[in-house]
Amino acid sequence: MSIWQYANPVKFLALSARVQPVLWVVSIAFVVVGLSWGFFATPDDFRQGSTVKIIYLHVPAALMAINAWFMMLVTSLIWLIRRHHVSALAAKAAAPIGVVMTVIALLTGAIWGQPMWGTWWAWDPRLTSFLILFLFYLGYIALWEAIEDPDTAADLTSVLCLVGSVFAILSRYAVQFWNQGLHQGTSVPVATGGRTVADVFFYPLLISMIGFGLLFVALVFYRTGTEIRLRRASALRARSERGV
Amino acid sequence: MMPDLGKYAVEVLSAYAASLALLVGLVVLTLRRGRAARADLEAAEADVKRNG
Repeated sequence: MSIWQYANPVKFLALSARVQPVLWVVSIAFVVVGLSWGFFATPDDFRQGSTVKIIYLHVPAALMAINAWFMMLVTSLIWLIRRHHVSALAAKAAAPIGVVMTVIALLTGAIWGQPMWGTWWAWDPRLTSFLILFLFYLGYIALWEAIEDPDTAADLTSVLCLVGSVFAILSRYAVQFWNQGLHQGTSVPVATGGRTVADVFFYPLLISMIGFGLLFVALVFYRTGTEIRLRRASALRARSERGV
Repeated sequence: MMPDLGKYAVEVLSAYAASLALLVGLVVLTLRRGRAARADLEAAEADVKRNG
């Protein structure tokens, strides 16, 4: 048994059909529990008041915006090195999810920033790198749509993904590179474990982060299946037009 | 029961409303496109069978 067997579209679709029902139920349950717990059952922060409740949306969305790009980077590299079509289609399938996560992170950040910082937006290192990541997502999707030949599109978007990874890394570590700007440091640093969030806020946040992560996986499985079916339908039509 | 959001009620509620609308929109569009793709593939396979 090897992971590469799932590069076969038929095997991928069979795996996807098996895991998806569980993934959808568990991910939606985690998102609903995390957000409901955070919204209804956590206290206000002594400094930020009720705006702290935005953390249950903002942090998971920002986390997934960056992680979606890293997932696209891995699958793009697999395409470039091993030429497995499913991996290229998985990267394509993940991009719109990454866009939505980035928009949620930017939007909730602006709504949170206005009362706390006194401004909707600042050209802060993390905010700016996140905005550039958003533009890379749009460029990536536009490039897929602009190129007719799917293999060429997969090649060029994979290269774009490699370049954009610089901004995905910057988005995550910008606050550590530059000691300036308005954005605070990472709330839940995985590497050091020294989180700055109190338990009463952390546990619903953790549930919400797991929910967003699982929802991303469920959506990627589903959307990759969709891309495989569209590719197959297009190939069948092309073959019958050629009279093969 | 609705928690007391104090003077930041508009900010918190608008953040939740916008985010949930985006998430639900993403899921709905994903499912609709998936159904359309299944129908498209079935139609293409039926064409191939019909035309030999």
